[in-house]
Parts: sequence; C-alpha cells; structure tokens
Amino acid sequence: MKKIYIFWLRQIKKYLRVKARIAGSLFQPILYMIAMGYGLGSVFQQAGQGNYIEFLVPGIIGMNIIFSSMFSGMEVIWDRQFGFLKETLVAPMPRFNIMLGRTLGTATICATQGLVVLLLATLIGFRMENWLMIVPAYLVMFVISMLFTSLSTMIGSILKDMQGFQAVMNFLIMPLFLLSGAMFPLDNLPKFLSVLTSVDPLSYGIDAMRAVLINQSHFSLGLDSAVLVALSLVFLFLGGHYFKKIQI
Amino acid sequence: MIKVNALSKKFGDFTAVDGISFDVAAGEIFAFLGPNGAGKSTTIKILTTLLQPTSGEVLINGQDPVHHPDLVRRSFGIVFQDPSTDDDLTAWENMDLHGILYDVPDSSRHARIEELLKLVDLYDRKDSPVKEFSGGMKRRLEIARGFLHHPKIIFLDEPTLGLDPQTRNHMWTYLRELNKTEGTTIFFTTHYMEEADRAAQRIAVIDHGKIIATGTSDELKRQTGKESLEDAFLALTGHAIREDAAQNTFHAAMRRR
Repeated sequence: MKKIYIFWLRQIKKYLRVKARIAGSLFQPILYMIAMGYGLGSVFQQAGQGNYIEFLVPGIIGMNIIFSSMFSGMEVIWDRQFGFLKETLVAPMPRFNIMLGRTLGTATICATQGLVVLLLATLIGFRMENWLMIVPAYLVMFVISMLFTSLSTMIGSILKDMQGFQAVMNFLIMPLFLLSGAMFPLDNLPKFLSVLTSVDPLSYGIDAMRAVLINQSHFSLGLDSAVLVALSLVFLFLGGHYFKKIQI
Repeated sequence: MIKVNALSKKFGDFTAVDGISFDVAAGEIFAFLGPNGAGKSTTIKILTTLLQPTSGEVLINGQDPVHHPDLVRRSFGIVFQDPSTDDDLTAWENMDLHGILYDVPDSSRHARIEELLKLVDLYDRKDSPVKEFSGGMKRRLEIARGFLHHPKIIFLDEPTLGLDPQTRNHMWTYLRELNKTEGTTIFFTTHYMEEADRAAQRIAVIDHGKIIATGTSDELKRQTGKESLEDAFLALTGHAIREDAAQNTFHAAMRRR
C-alpha cells in the first residue's frame, strides 16, 4: 500500500515542480471556453438549445482531461530513456502495483486539473445549480482520467520512442475529442456520426459530467458510469499487462 | 553467494552468453571483465532479474531469479551503467523512495539514509534536485542508494566509467568500507584494468559469451606470463577491436527493443 502511495506521490511532486506545465494546461481550456462559448453562444441559443457555456463547460473539462491523460504515457518512455525505470523494475514489488501507483497519481492530477477548469468556468458565466454536485463531478473526472491514463500507459509501455508515441497520440486524441460530443449535442445526429460518437469512450465521460453538472444527458448516468468503470478496469489491466512485459 | 551454472542467453540466432559457470563467495570482491559486447551486461541483467535466461541455472543468495524474482531483488543492490535516478526529485527523495520500495522500516530508514549520504559526501546536498548533480555525484548517490536496504550483494556495472581519478578513488574507499563493515559481496565490471587489479580479490574474464579465465590477478598474470593485468587481459582476449562483436550486441540490443 505504501509502495503504491510513494509512486502516487512521485507523480504529484513532479507535476507541482513544473509550474509552466500547470499554467500551460489551464490556458487552453480557458481559451476554448471564451472563444467557443461566446463565439457560438448566440447561434446555439437561436437554435433553441439553451445556454452554450453551460453545455460547453463539461466538454472542455473532458478535453482538458483527455489531452493531459493521453500524453502521460510519455513519462514511461521518458523514465525508460533517462534510466529511472530500471530502478523500479528491479524493486521487490509486483510491477502491476508500480503501474497502478503511477496511474492513480496521474489520474489525480488530471481530475484535479478538470476541477480547476470547472471552478474557472464559474468565473466566466457557468452557473453551478448545486455546489454539492462537485463531488460526483470530481469522481466522474477521476474515472475518465483513469481510463485514458491507463490506455496511455499501455501505449507508452509498448512503444519505445517519443516521436512514435506522439504520432500515435495525435492520431487518437483528435478523433476521441471531436467525436465525443464535447462541442455539440449528441441528439439528432446523422446515423453514421451517431455510431461513431457512441463508440467513443469520451462521449460517456462528457455525458456523465453533463448529467451531474447541468442535469442533461443523452445516454443515462447509469449507462455512462457502467461504460466508464468497465473500460477503466479493462485498460488498467491491459496497461498493467504491457507494463509488466517491459524489458530494458 | 552467487552460483552460475551453464548459463546461456540467446537473442534470436545470436548467442550473447554461451554456457558460463562461476561462483562468487560471500563477502568477496569479484571483477567480471571482458571486451565490449562480450556478454557482461547481459549476464548482469540475468543475475538481477531483468532478463530471462535461455538455459542454465542461477542462484543469488540461494534463490533462483526466474522463479523467485522478488526474493532475489531484496538481496541485491545495483548501480547500473547509466544513471537511474529521478532527476526531478531530490537526493533525499530518491533515497527515501528506494527505502520504501525495499521495505526499510520507517524507524531506521531516515538514519540509514543520513549515514549513507554522509559516507558519500552528499549529505549537505540532500535537498537539491538530482538534475543539478554532476555525473560523479549521481554515481555516488546511486552507490549510497544501492546499499540502503542492506543488500547481501551489490552489482556495479562499470561504476567508474567517465569519472575522474579522485572520484574513482573515493568511490572505492566507500565500497571497501561497506564491504568490510557490512560484509556485502561486490560484483563489478570495468574496463580499467588497474582498478580490477587493485580492488578485486578474484576475476573472471568473459569473451564471445564464454568465460575464458578465472582466478586472482596474480594467477591470471602467471597463467599468461605477463607483468600487468592489462597485458594478461589482452593476451587472453586478443588485440582485435570488437567490431563484429559490437555489431552483434547492437543487433541484439535492437532486437531487445
């Protein structure tokens, strides 16, 4: 338990020590919220869909989480190139626990970043109907973060070079983000698009956040949670499996 | 303390380690010498559970690294050829993390870290991030870390590579001190023959994956009729630069990736 905790703590410490990274990770969502939120707000309202900022904020939180968590697998490659991975691979503990500690740490960071975006959003016009809903919202953010951090760790354990990793991530992140309904409602889409959105795990994450924060949902909070938890476990075990197989 | 019997490791059709056998006694300082690509690092990786052997038997402190990797991992410390510290963490945090991973109890961990950091003259830099350290300081930190959990054996893979004579000298002072006070068995590789001559009680020479000689430095000199260990080493392994051997390890390394 303590060994998992020390890997969790390592992630948190490393994150907090790079202030530029914290600032950078918050700049993009604020820009999106202002540009898209105010830019498209009136069109959205004229189409009878209500307040766009309210609708958009869960999507932007999802965007922020998927970008941070999907790039986190880079740290496995980083640790491999700078050597620290060797130190952990000869440690007398199950490798799955190393991977679990790292993943929990990164997921905590990504979910907390999402929470900060939510708080910032209240400054530019997002209204929380019930502040208590922050608790389930944070839980949803955490599960989304676990899902994509595990996936990213899996890919980081398989690939060896950073360029390759970046190429794969760019290839995955944009479709996952654009097809998730982060920017547009999932109702009344053309058939092919609605098939694509419903196989995108992020759709369920953002839908769950909308259900909790603005009481709107396309699927249902129950289905969202089931899909998110199940996929997180699947990717956690797959990530653990490939992490165990790393040879130096 | 270390028993190796008919150990082989193949990467595809390339045999990196070819049926080697040797023993290292408890408390011994043992040098494992060989030209580049001879199979030294592959052997160390097998002994330290990082690679699975193709065939043969290994016992580390009486345990088999293939079947009981965690028991074996507890019994050794290692200083790798390249750095393996986390540069974003401080020296103290690197040590503390290691101590926790190896179940060094809270009650004694901090005292042990302090003792070792003082020994390698890094205690006044304990709160500096490791990225501010020079190569020699990182190596000293790794040596201190390797001893933290009171291992029975310490593996050092070219520990003095690229260090100045002052640092090298200091390092061996610490290592001999720990070998004497804690009885730790030391298994090291190096390309500096006078270092092996001075430090090692016994030497094994490996070439093309096979052990071609074992004995004390004097025995190797007598066996080859040479004055220095360097000449004895060259007499045993030849003067040719190992281009094809290096090529082979390169391919093996690529395959491993």
